[in-house]
Amino acid sequence: MNLSVDFAGVRMKNPVTTASGTFGSGAEYKDFVDLNRLGAVTTKGVASVPWEGNPTPRICETYGGMLNAIGLQNPGIDLFVERDIPFLKQYDTNIIVNVCGRTQEEYIEVVERLAEQNVDMLEINISCPNVEAGGIAFGQKPKLVEEITGNIKKHAKQPVIMKLSPNVTDIAEMAKAAEAGGADAISLINTLTGMKIDINRRTFALANKTGGMSGPAVKPVAVRMVYQAAHAVNIPVLGMGGIMTAEDALEFIMAGASMVAVGTANFNNPNATMDVIEGIADFMKGNGVEDINELVGCVS
Amino acid sequence: MADLKKCSAHITSQVCLETDIYSMWLKFNEDENIALNAVPGQFISLYSKAGNRLLPRPISICEINASECMLRIVYRVVGSGTNEFSKLLPGDTINIMGPLGNGFTLNKGKAVLVGGGIGIPPMLELAKRLSEDCGVSVVLGYRDNRLFLKEEFEPYADVYVSTEDGSVGTKGNVIDAIKENKLDADTIYACGPIPMLRGVKDYAKENEIKAQISLEEKMACGIGACLGCVCKSKDKDLHSNVNNKRVCKDGPVFDAEDVRLGD
Repeated sequence: MNLSVDFAGVRMKNPVTTASGTFGSGAEYKDFVDLNRLGAVTTKGVASVPWEGNPTPRICETYGGMLNAIGLQNPGIDLFVERDIPFLKQYDTNIIVNVCGRTQEEYIEVVERLAEQNVDMLEINISCPNVEAGGIAFGQKPKLVEEITGNIKKHAKQPVIMKLSPNVTDIAEMAKAAEAGGADAISLINTLTGMKIDINRRTFALANKTGGMSGPAVKPVAVRMVYQAAHAVNIPVLGMGGIMTAEDALEFIMAGASMVAVGTANFNNPNATMDVIEGIADFMKGNGVEDINELVGCVS
Repeated sequence: MADLKKCSAHITSQVCLETDIYSMWLKFNEDENIALNAVPGQFISLYSKAGNRLLPRPISICEINASECMLRIVYRVVGSGTNEFSKLLPGDTINIMGPLGNGFTLNKGKAVLVGGGIGIPPMLELAKRLSEDCGVSVVLGYRDNRLFLKEEFEPYADVYVSTEDGSVGTKGNVIDAIKENKLDADTIYACGPIPMLRGVKDYAKENEIKAQISLEEKMACGIGACLGCVCKSKDKDLHSNVNNKRVCKDGPVFDAEDVRLGD
């Protein structure tokens, strides 16, 4: 039975990675999961310099999901290169580094630093809803998506995944723009912009007022968008959004994703990634599927 | 790997101590005796059985009975998750993870323990441990005369009470009670709302007393990965590389002078 996939030229031992921001750089989860068993670890977004992120509260729960407004707190590329990459290199898994920035120049600075590093792929976050500059500002206009993708591709040594926002009118148009800019793959969905009011305190539940919604409540939206994006482009798709179980992951795969990411589920179950990998293998065994690639986009 | 994981606990008792305040004892299997490594000031994450409530609830440990494989939590019902927990009965099970975070460092010398509201419970195990070789005073701050846990401190410490409405003990806050009773300390240990902790921090600084404070913040992962529950630190933190520390992983107990409480 084959679980491995070729994702934009990178061989993954299975199609399961972590959703950026939910897993740090893996160190906090090494006591719960065998990182060697992951197809890839996708790290928390890293910028050219350290970012403090947003004020607290940064987290609140919603029905079947949660909102976060961390604001891309990160230690900056220097410490990341010195500490996080060597940590991950101890493990037999692929490294996908998520990159964030306030300006195109800042993204490119990080991409250039990573060019000399032994990491497997870059995921470019043009879809964070929680920062004032950068993030989603680049991800909501097709022209800008194409432009920033093109500029990053000029400097990147590793295959580039553009991470798309669901907070758009037409996801297919954004996927095509990333492809036109030369992206090697796309990933989606980032979080949906949401808001929660604390009625007892008559205030916003999050200090940032709005936050990114994730968790199983968003899954049907995510599956639909992955399906639409996968049909719009010829580059591979990394699907995510509310995956809690192997069954959820298989929906994304059948909708057209060659890889999937587990995010919010890690907070509910630190072993979620392992459960998803095992569950996919069980499903394949039970249904006589020899190769996971047979399932990719099988529903069309 | 796998020295930490979610495990199942049996509830052996559940008692309502006061309006919305519950006390629950949890018992673990011998091969998952997480009470063995627990220290006062640490917390456990409790998971809801409802699929719509994804995030664990971090609740501080109130008492530790390692030989019986048991932990006690005393918690306030503040929402749907804690309401669900309060309905559990002896014999029911609950998924938990822990012990998490760093507890209090037990110093020699005179100890004053300060608990405000639902910050009172973690002080009980601390009082027990400190009373083995220190003089311990405990100052408990309540809103009104609906006291809880007070008698349970009495075997281990001199107990002082402050109430906002003056119905019991000193009228005012915990600092008023410390001053009124002229309590002398080498170390103050505190847990409670931020304004109280700010008062404790300022009082300790003015009087050149060491202070350890336990913070609370909304959490998601509970293990230091998501950066949801940060507090501001005086100096640049080595892990975050900015002036943020993670309450769940670097705390919840901090040296008062290391963190900024909006000051």
